[in-house]
Amino acid sequence: MTFGWQALPLYVVLISVVTAMLIFALGEGRQHVRTALNLGGAILKLVLIMLMLLAIQSGASFEFRMPLLPGLDLVLHADRLTMLFATLSALLWLITTVYAIGYLEQSPNRARFFGFFSLCVAATMGVASAGNLFTFFIFYELLTLATWPLVVHRGTPEAVAAGRLYLAYTLIGGVLLLIGLIWLHALAGGSDFIVGGSLAPLAAGNETTLRAIFVLFMLGFGVKAALLPLHSWLPRAMVAPAPVSALLHAVAVVKAGAFGLVRLVQDVFGFDLATSLGLTDLLAGLAATTVIYGSVLALRQSDLKRRLAFSTVSQVSYIALGVATGGVLATIGGLVHLVHQGLTKITLFFCAGNYAEGLGVHSVEELDGLGQRMPVTSVCFTLGAFGMIGIPPLAGFVTKWYLGAGAAASGAPWIIAVLVASTLLNAAYFLPLVHRLWFRPLPDAMAKRELAITGGRMQALVGPTIVVAAMALLAGLFAGTPGSPLFWVIRMVGGEP
Amino acid sequence: MPSEFLIGLIFLPLLGACLAVLPWRWSIRLGVFGGLASLPALLAALTLAVIRDGAWYYTLGGWTAPLGIRLFVDPLALLMLWMVAIIGGVAAAHAWHDFRPGTPAGARFWPLWLLLTAAMNALFLSADLFNLYVCLELVTLAAIPLIAMAGTATAIRAAMRYLLLALLASLVYLLGVALLYNATGTLDLYLMTDGLAASGGPATSLAFALIAAGLLLKGAVFPLHVWLPNAHASAPGPVSAVLSALVVKTAIYLIYRIWLWTLPAEDPMQGAVELFAVLGAAALIYGGILALLQERLKLVIAYSTVAQLGYLLLVLPLASVTAWQAASYQLLSHGLAKAAMFLAAANILHAVGSDRLADLERLDQRTPLSLFALALAGVSIMGLPPSGGFLAKWLLLEAAWREGRWLLLAALVLGSLLAAAYVFRILAAGLRREDPTEAEDAEGTSPIGRRQAAYALLLAVLALVAGFGAAPILDIVDAGIPAGWSAP
Repeated sequence: MTFGWQALPLYVVLISVVTAMLIFALGEGRQHVRTALNLGGAILKLVLIMLMLLAIQSGASFEFRMPLLPGLDLVLHADRLTMLFATLSALLWLITTVYAIGYLEQSPNRARFFGFFSLCVAATMGVASAGNLFTFFIFYELLTLATWPLVVHRGTPEAVAAGRLYLAYTLIGGVLLLIGLIWLHALAGGSDFIVGGSLAPLAAGNETTLRAIFVLFMLGFGVKAALLPLHSWLPRAMVAPAPVSALLHAVAVVKAGAFGLVRLVQDVFGFDLATSLGLTDLLAGLAATTVIYGSVLALRQSDLKRRLAFSTVSQVSYIALGVATGGVLATIGGLVHLVHQGLTKITLFFCAGNYAEGLGVHSVEELDGLGQRMPVTSVCFTLGAFGMIGIPPLAGFVTKWYLGAGAAASGAPWIIAVLVASTLLNAAYFLPLVHRLWFRPLPDAMAKRELAITGGRMQALVGPTIVVAAMALLAGLFAGTPGSPLFWVIRMVGGEP
Repeated sequence: MPSEFLIGLIFLPLLGACLAVLPWRWSIRLGVFGGLASLPALLAALTLAVIRDGAWYYTLGGWTAPLGIRLFVDPLALLMLWMVAIIGGVAAAHAWHDFRPGTPAGARFWPLWLLLTAAMNALFLSADLFNLYVCLELVTLAAIPLIAMAGTATAIRAAMRYLLLALLASLVYLLGVALLYNATGTLDLYLMTDGLAASGGPATSLAFALIAAGLLLKGAVFPLHVWLPNAHASAPGPVSAVLSALVVKTAIYLIYRIWLWTLPAEDPMQGAVELFAVLGAAALIYGGILALLQERLKLVIAYSTVAQLGYLLLVLPLASVTAWQAASYQLLSHGLAKAAMFLAAANILHAVGSDRLADLERLDQRTPLSLFALALAGVSIMGLPPSGGFLAKWLLLEAAWREGRWLLLAALVLGSLLAAAYVFRILAAGLRREDPTEAEDAEGTSPIGRRQAAYALLLAVLALVAGFGAAPILDIVDAGIPAGWSAP
């Protein structure tokens, strides 16, 4: 156990924990101190992650290890996948915090909200930097616990019911994960994540056991990643305030599930072993079904946030699809979507929050002509929608390009068909929204309605929206430039740009 | 010398009880502080001695067994003593507000409390069955008036029922002890083993069956738990905390002692561990379901105790180092978390005036700290990370998996899902608000309320910290694994 600079991943997790504790201790009053704490914590965390990135560039490595039980350590480390996820969530945490400060300006229980918000990010950081499955599980469950108060934040019967559903899914998923973990532990001991998998030597004679363990893990992660048929909690959880939805969908819960699937295939089993056991086909099939099914259901939603939620169900499965297809190109596509989906979806949720706060717009029908009333938000929304559809040169296109190319390279043309169908469906549920925004006349009632957000609050909501929209745009536009998410992922996977 | 520390652990609280009987305010204060605050220091010295020398005996007055009385301390006893000192100490600090010296309630409360502490300490240090009987009786007789101290009709009825059943349990236990004395000529737990191996037979089997029945009744093990929920739920908060965290565990502790230390490995009564495991599994599920059906907060927590005691019995047939670690850690973390929950519930009851779940809306504004303590302790009770309860559950699952006990495993999993359901049901009741636009009310927490909440929070945080501090504690526990369990 060393607490020197090698333990930096621990400190990155602890910053958010400490922020949360200070916010809880501070209580409801003293809003300025809380804001300073929130932003200070988020910025400090981002700075530390940047330092870690620089250090890793020059060959340093980070690991914190602490024995929890005989033979089981709490391990936090920083590999390339960690850094990808950690950077994304630290960056989006900062932006979402600014947004949430504006969003919740007048509402009660802000201390509780921001406290659990920080705790949620701490758990996400732990998930990102977990060095073995045991550590991963601890933070994965902590994430469930920290998110629940956010989902039921409003305390209405509807929110409480959504919280109950969320728990029912995630806790049962957690139990499946725990059983898989105990099983694997009995079989292999507390092996750390090793790129390429550490189970291959055990495979002979244990095929069925390993398959069962994989399925348990897949279901455990699949609940949070909203894999079919474990997705029902996600649309219901939309009763949470908009910044929560944004964070849930873009970086925290759903992403933690997807990240778990990536770790499972790449680092626990290793792609080759998983393929030889026929497991990647299973995952790819499930992911592809989810991609289509989520899109079909999104078509039918008239509530804006619910439509976005089903879009998430569909889009997050691209990550699992890419990783399960395998090969350099498809893996790049899947991993880069971790970032692309995050940036794009958070843009859309911010916009939905702006519409709801500004004009009380919740349903799709009310979007008519809003391009005139809220032009900046509407431009951002349009960018986000185009990005989701995958119109070049936006980020979604880059993902789909690599996924398609990877599918072709791996000899799985049916995946290309899935991608095409999904793109058409994405267009079918996003383009009408864009059409409504810009080409439908503004109803008189809406034209007369006063904007409920003004001044500083407006800046706090629209500013972050512009920033994430710009990031989503740039990630696609400059995908081939060093420093872009794509470039990063390509270097990580070890392919040629 | 450490032997004086052993004596001190029993006699200082007893002396405190004598002082607290006196009518002066200062004598009660002195009795309580002297009797309780001295315990951690004594234990720290004792812990060092046990780490250095391992388990050891102390013969009272120099009379050696089988004639004299021996005291015995090993890592398990040490763990229980620490729990009495810490949980009992924090609960006493919480009780200080409601039972001030100088008030009639205070004058009645503190002698009993100190007597209870002394009796539990003596129980954990005793090495012979008759002494254990006396201690068990003293624990019960001190606990019952403490329950009745709430003064409500429910509390008095519950205390009365507890009294009758506990007396029955003691008699049954004593009968078993008499039979054993007749068969082996000794009462010493650790000397009896050889005699039992030589003279085993139907009579000793009957004796152990009687002892088991008595202890299961005292330990409120399903289906003999009927007295527990009302007794624990209607007692004053700090008393509930100590009853659930410590008092019921005395019976479980004795089951461990007798079955894992005294009874020879080849004795037919060893088969009873299977029965214990079945009862434990049933308790886990039955208690969980009933906790889920209760309409009052304290009853939910009391039924949760019925369920959580199941874990402690479930361990018995698993017989491995991991299982022993699981049992020890469950004893510790359940004690901390459950006491925290009862203290928090007492604060909520005090602030709201009712502990019906239907009346608990907006607790996050009315009693934020106590609700937070309840939530943190709940994490450990559910066995979710990061908490001591999680590590205990992990060890338990691992032990059950290694032995291939799938039914026990299923019970464990189901039990923890039920625990999650009843804990989150409480928390959801506390976060509910009828009208979402309702403005914040100014009903803040008074300084006294904050202090009372801090005690609950302290124990809850300890239960959480236990999720990271297992390594040193298990190091000590590993030195005292029962003989049959250490083989791989």
